[in-house]
This record gives sequence, structure tokens and C-alpha cells, in this order.
Amino acid sequence: MMEKMIFGRFLPGDSPIHKLDPRSKLIFVFAFIVIVFLANNVVTYAMLLTFTLLIVLVSRIRLYFLINGLKPVLFLMVFTFLIHIFMTKGGAEVFHWKSITIYEDGIRQGIFISTRFLVLVFMTSILTLTTSPISITDGIEVLLNPLKKIKVPVHELALMMSISLRFIPTLMDETDKIMKAQMARGSDLSSGPIGERIKAVVPLLVPLFVSAFKRAEDLATAMEVRGYRGGEGRTRYRQLKWDMSDTFALVLLAVMAIILFYYRG
Amino acid sequence: MDIKLQQVSYAYAQGTPFEKRALFDVDFTIPSGTYQAIIGHTGSGKSTILQHFNALLKPTTGEVHIGNRIVAAGKKARDLKAVRQKVGIVFQFPEHQLFEETVLKDIMFGPLNFGVAVQEAELRARKLVNLVGLPAEVLEKSPFDLSGGQMRRVAIAGVLAMEPEVIVLDEPTAGLDPRGQKEIMDMFYELHKKRGLTTILVTHSMEDAARYADNIIIMHEGKNVLSGAPHEIFRDTETLNSFRLEPPRIVRFQQKVEQLMNKPLSKVCLTEEELAAEIARELREERAEQ
Repeated sequence: MMEKMIFGRFLPGDSPIHKLDPRSKLIFVFAFIVIVFLANNVVTYAMLLTFTLLIVLVSRIRLYFLINGLKPVLFLMVFTFLIHIFMTKGGAEVFHWKSITIYEDGIRQGIFISTRFLVLVFMTSILTLTTSPISITDGIEVLLNPLKKIKVPVHELALMMSISLRFIPTLMDETDKIMKAQMARGSDLSSGPIGERIKAVVPLLVPLFVSAFKRAEDLATAMEVRGYRGGEGRTRYRQLKWDMSDTFALVLLAVMAIILFYYRG
Repeated sequence: MDIKLQQVSYAYAQGTPFEKRALFDVDFTIPSGTYQAIIGHTGSGKSTILQHFNALLKPTTGEVHIGNRIVAAGKKARDLKAVRQKVGIVFQFPEHQLFEETVLKDIMFGPLNFGVAVQEAELRARKLVNLVGLPAEVLEKSPFDLSGGQMRRVAIAGVLAMEPEVIVLDEPTAGLDPRGQKEIMDMFYELHKKRGLTTILVTHSMEDAARYADNIIIMHEGKNVLSGAPHEIFRDTETLNSFRLEPPRIVRFQQKVEQLMNKPLSKVCLTEEELAAEIARELREERAEQ
């Protein structure tokens, strides 16, 4: 039942996007999130959408995964779309029934905002789908390094991130196993009144916590045994390498931003 | 209660790009009251198959008959509780399923779920704690204060307390000390004999399969490839090797003995006692001839 979750998974591959340095990809995505807000008319939104779809094409990720990534935010998308349709006033009246009036501007705004959601989810999904969790945390650690000057424990934060990412699948497997073991003992998680179902979660959560703590302890021991002493003086096995293509990606984005700025209304 | 698998296939994450087929047209029957061992190399589909025995997994194609319930692909299966009460599964490392404040409560969890009265459930717990070889004092303790071996026994008692007609064991002794292993396996064997419990042992210990099972089913790459009595299955080393399995130590020892004595013994022995008696008989005969 857990195995169907796809959002946030990493799909190994060898597309140009896969090969980019995680730092450039992170900067790219964060800058893109800002740039998205430059668009404010049909032309600029169309450009954003085309740009995003081009990147999807280059990354050679099947659309299936991206559409799947949309599922968690689908409700939000539909909700904001409807709000805009009903609330925005302006332009010609398109539809009128009793007290409900839909205006041209409302439809336009609704479509704009949905497109904005779409490109944001697609871009961030491409980041996680083409970059292994380990390189993402490596990238974040390096990018946040300047914060060390103001005493932010950057290395520890990155380590926490990579450990928690590492253990998500493990904990999912564990949940599945314990769930099955309790189901075999007659506990019923999928039917019955809500109160009963909440009670049925206890036999699931207790063993899960117990094993998570045990795992954490084992991991701490294993790290200590192998001489882990924090980030001080630690060398790296995976060296990050900034290529021409990384610079090119960022330049491309900058050009995109300038064009958007030029064409926005 | 027979368990019958008909052309059962199963795929994990079906309909996604991560789809992985684990079973291919598995077809066998486990007759009521027998002791079956299912053996196979890692990844042969053993653990997937055992989850079909009480409908934790529903086949992707094919049918599973559990007594007179039929769990078939593509059909909604409702009210599986009755099935799950009749087929108890002791999962690998069952101690991970303990959660209650006291051992007593944890053993009672299963029976209470199936609508057994509290007094009756408590009675069962008190009897079972003895049966699995623990002192009555542990009933009031927290399961998390026990040793790993004791926790395992509590978890086993928790499954037995449901009084299933069929018990499925998935590597029930993994990680226990040799003596604990033997105690637990002997206990299950006794239950099988005394109460006529249909027992299905999923294992990669050829020794246990040889010692206890009436019949052995070999799984290989998601298919059931061979089935037969232990002394037949373990006679053919070459076939076993082709499924990446080896005969039990005792059979390999017998083969060495036969090589050294330069003649085969009269039968394939499956336990130390049997082999010792067989060798002694052989030697006595030889002496008598001289």
C-alpha cells in the first residue's frame, strides 16, 4: 500500500539534468520560484509553461511521475482556481445565475494561478526526481556554508536531513510490516467507526516508535565506532563539480527572467 | 481446513513503473492437518506467498481458497476477520509487533479483536505463557523489559492465543540461540501433533524442514518448482543446487559417510538419531558378515 507513493522519489538516469551539479539545480529552482512571480499576462505565462515543458523534455522524465507529483496539491489548485473564478471581478460578464456572477478576469486569473502551481510543482519535482537525496543535502550544506559564520550548525542540519531522508523508505517498510502483523492479529485499520480506527493506530505507532529509537541508537553507535566526530576536518567522498553546463543553466534562467521582465504587462 | 492456491500471481506496486512481479502462477494445495515446509533461496517469493494464506495480500491473478472462503483477483474481499482468526501468522521477528503495557494484555490483543470474552482471553494467555516456556511472572511485566528471546515467545503466544486452525511460521527461530531454536521448533511440532494444527513453515533452514515437515514445497524465482516428502527432496543434491539450495547438513554428512564406506546406506536420513542408527546397523551387519 505504501509502495504506490511516488512523490519525492529519485529516479536515476543520465539526462543532462541528472548530470548537473546539485548546487546549480538548487539555485536554479529557488530562483525559478521567484521568477515565476514575474509572469502576469498570457504571453509570459505561456513562456513559463513552455520553458518548464522544455526542461521536462530534456530531463527525460515520464510525464506520469510529474502528474503524480501533482496529486498532493491538486486540491489546493482546484480550490484557488474556484476562489479566483468566483471572487475576481472585472472585465466582461461571462456567466450569471442568481447571485453568482463569473467575470472574464476571474477565469483568466484562475488559469494563471493554476499554471503557476503547475510549473512550480513540476520544477521542484524535477529537482527531486533527478537528484539523489544525498546530493541534495550535499548541495544544501555547501550552499549554506556561509551561515557558519553566524554559528548556524550547517553540517549537523545537513546530516539530520540526509539521515531522515535515508530512513523514510525504511520506516515505510517497517510500517507496512507491523501493519500486516497487527492485521493478522485481527486489528482492523481500514474499516469501522473513526473512534475505533484511531484506537487501532496505537498498536501500529508503539512498535514503530520503539524500532525507530532502537535504529537511531544503533546508527549513533555505528557512527561513533567509525570515528565520526562532527563536520570538523571531515573530507568528502563525493566531490561536487561545477561545470560549464551548470553556468549555462543559470545563464539560461537569467535570460528567461529578463525576457519575462520585458514582456510582462 | 485446506489452503489451495490456483494460478496465483502477484505483483508489487502494480500499475506503476516500479511494478515488480514476485509470484508467477503458483499452484499448490496444503491439506488440512499436515506439516508443510516452504523453502527457497532469498527472493524466491516465500514471504510473498505466505501473506496470501490469510488474505493480507490479494492475488493479482488467480484464486486462493482458504477453507471455503475464496479470495480471488479483482474481487472485493470483505470481512476477512474470520479468515485471519483461522490462519495465524507468526511473522519474522514477531517481537516487533509487541505494543501493550503488559505481556498479558499483548497476548490478549488477538483474541479480543476476534470477539473472545475477556476472561476466556486471559485464561488462554495464562496457559500459553507456560506453553511457550515462560514463567507466569512475566505476564505482569512490560514486554519491553524482556530479553529478545522472551519477547519472541510472548509474540508467538500472542498468535497462538487466537487459536487458529492453521499456523504459518516465517523463520520463527531466526536470531535465537540454538537451544531456544530447538525448544520453539519442538513446541510447534508438539502443537501440530496434539491439536492437529496445520503448520506451514517458511524457512531457509533445510535442517528444520528435514526434521519436522511431512512435505516440502520448493519455491524458485516466484514459482513452486518441486514438492515432495523430505527424504525424496533431499536425495537429489543436483536439483537442489539448481535452485540455489543445499541438502541439510545431516544429508551431506551421510553422503560423506557413504563415500568413505564406499556403499550407499539403505535410506536418506533426516535427523541425527536416524543416521546414527542407520550407520550402526550398517556396521553391525558388516561385522556379522566377517
